[in-house]
Amino acid sequence: MSLNKIFRNTLLIVFASILLSACATKQSGKMQGDVYTGKDTVEYLASGVPDRVFFATNETVLTTASRETLRKQASWLRKNSKINVVLEGHADERGTREYNLALGERRANAAKDYLMTYGISGNRISVISYGKERPVDSGSNPLAWSKNRRSVTVKAN
Amino acid sequence: MKNFFYIYLTVIFLTFTNKSFALIEVDITRGNLNPLPMAVSPLSVEKESKDKFKDQLNLNDIGLEISKVIENNLRQSGLFNPLDQKAFLQKPNIAHVKPRFEDWALIKAQALITGEVKFANDRLRVEFRLWDILAGKEILALAFTTVPENWRRVGHIITDKVYERLTGEKGYFDTRIIYVAEEGLKTNRIKKLAIMDQDGFNTKYLTLGNELVLTPRFNPTNQMVTYLSYFKNLPRVYLLDIETGIQEVVGDFPGMTFAPRFSPDGKKIIMSFAKDGNSDIYTMDLDNRVVEKITNHPSIDTSPSYSPDGKFICFNSDRSGYQQIYVMRSDGSKVKRISFGNGLYGTPVWSPRGDLIAFTKLHKGKFYIGVMRTDGTGERLLTENYYQEAPSWSPNGRVLIFYRETKSDSKGKGFSAKLWSIDLTGYNEKMVNTETDASDPSWSSLLSD
Repeated sequence: MSLNKIFRNTLLIVFASILLSACATKQSGKMQGDVYTGKDTVEYLASGVPDRVFFATNETVLTTASRETLRKQASWLRKNSKINVVLEGHADERGTREYNLALGERRANAAKDYLMTYGISGNRISVISYGKERPVDSGSNPLAWSKNRRSVTVKAN
Repeated sequence: MKNFFYIYLTVIFLTFTNKSFALIEVDITRGNLNPLPMAVSPLSVEKESKDKFKDQLNLNDIGLEISKVIENNLRQSGLFNPLDQKAFLQKPNIAHVKPRFEDWALIKAQALITGEVKFANDRLRVEFRLWDILAGKEILALAFTTVPENWRRVGHIITDKVYERLTGEKGYFDTRIIYVAEEGLKTNRIKKLAIMDQDGFNTKYLTLGNELVLTPRFNPTNQMVTYLSYFKNLPRVYLLDIETGIQEVVGDFPGMTFAPRFSPDGKKIIMSFAKDGNSDIYTMDLDNRVVEKITNHPSIDTSPSYSPDGKFICFNSDRSGYQQIYVMRSDGSKVKRISFGNGLYGTPVWSPRGDLIAFTKLHKGKFYIGVMRTDGTGERLLTENYYQEAPSWSPNGRVLIFYRETKSDSKGKGFSAKLWSIDLTGYNEKMVNTETDASDPSWSSLLSD
C-alpha cells in the first residue's frame, strides 16, 4: 500500500511539474498558477532555509519550488540532528471545515514524505493539521488564499 | 439539584379535543407566503402569583413574557403571523375561559392561544388553550407544571403543541443548538463551545477558549456532545457530558481524529482518523471501546453521518479526484457515489426523516446549501452565498441551520461568522441570534417529547 502511495505521489509530482512548466509563462505577481511564490509570510529556519511551502487549490502535490525548499530543510536538519520539527498543514478558507482538516494533514504529510526521502527520520517529524483555522493572511482574495495553503516547518524543541 | 437537561413537565389534564373537525390546517410542505394570522393572548396571571414570579424571576408579567416567547417562535417559523396584541379586545383571563369569537374574527385571527399562569407549591403551573376562531371552539388544551426557571421552555413546549396541532407534524421549538462561539482576529480566532435555546436565549459557554474547538454534535438524548478539540495541540475527538462537564478523549488513535457524530442509537461515535496523509472513517463503541475501521481507501474519507435507522452512512470522499458525496452500508460495504452535479460536494448529513441528505456545494466560487434524495436524485439548492456550510437538521426535518461567513478585505476587516436557518422549502431564510460570532451549529432533538 505504501509503495502504491509513493508511486502515486511520484506520478502526481511528475504530472504537476509538467503542468507547472506549461504555465510557467503565466506569472502573475506573487503567484504562479494559484501557488504562492512570494516571500511576504515566509520565515527562515536558518539563513537561506525557508520554513514553508505552498500548494495549489485543493492540491497536495509539491511544486518544484516546494521541493527545493524541502531539500534545503532536509540538509539543515541533517546538520542539526538534535532538532525535531512539527509540520503544520493548512488550507484556505474556501472549503468545508472537515475536508480542510484532512487536506491540511495530507499537505503536511506530503512535506514529511519528501523530507524522509532526503534522509530525515520520521521520528524527528510530527504532523498537525489546522485545516482553515489558522490563516496567516486574513484577506478574502486569491493572493491571501495562496499564502494560506501551506505546510510550515516549525522547530519542536 | 437543578438538572440542566431533565425537566419534567407534568401534563395535568387534557380536555376533550375533537381533532377530526378542526378547520385550520397549515401546509408546511411548500413555501408559505400567506402565514396563518393568529392571536397569542398574554397568559393571565392573578396578582398574588404575579408578585411571586416577579420576586423569583425578576419578570414584571410572566404571562406576557411567555406569550412573547410563543409569538416569536410562531413568527420565526414563517408559517404563522402573530397579530399585534394591542388590537386585542378581550382581557386575557376572560378570553381563556370563553373567547368572544366575533371579536377575534374581527381582527382576522384564525386561531387564538390563551392561557393562565399560577404559582403553586413553589412551582410554575401553566395551562393553555388553542381555539379555532372560525369553527368557534377549543381544539387543544394542556397544562404543565415545572420549576419557575423553566418559564421559557414552557413557551417553547406550548409552541410545539400548537405547531403539531395545526400542521400535523412535530415541532422543533423546545430544542437547543450547540455551536462554536467565535471571537477575535481571523488569524488567531478564539473558539468556545456554546449551547443556547433554539431562539437564541439562555446561552451557556461550555469551554473557556483556551484551546481550539470545532464541530460539536449532540447525542440522541442531548446529554452528551462529541467535538474536536486541540487540547495540548493534539487534535482529537472528545466526548463531553454537558451536565457534569466531564470530558474525555474518544479512543486511543495515534493521530488526528475529527468529524465526529453519534450513531442514531447513541452507542457509537463515527469519525475520521487521519494518518500518513490518509483519512479513513472509523467507529468506536462507547460501551466496550471497540474500534472498527469502516472505509479503507487512500483518498480522504470524512464527514460521516448515519441514516436514522443506522443501516447506512453517507460521507464525503475525494476518491474520484474531488470532494463528492457517497453512501455505504454501515459496515462499509456497497460504497456508492451519489453526487454527480457540477462542482464539489461536502458535509452530507442525513435527514431525521430518512428521505433526504443535506449538503454543502461549492460551484464557481459560490457556496450552496442543498438537499438531495439518498440515491442522489432530486438535487435542490436552497440558498447561495459567498461562504456557507455545515447544515444541521431540525428534529422534524423541516428546517436547516448552518453557518455563513462574510468576505473580508485585505486587512481581514468585514469578516463575520453567523448562524442562519432556512426551511426545506427554500423559504424563510433567517439569521439566528447569537451573542458572539458563531459557526458549526448542531440542532438537538426535542427535549420533551
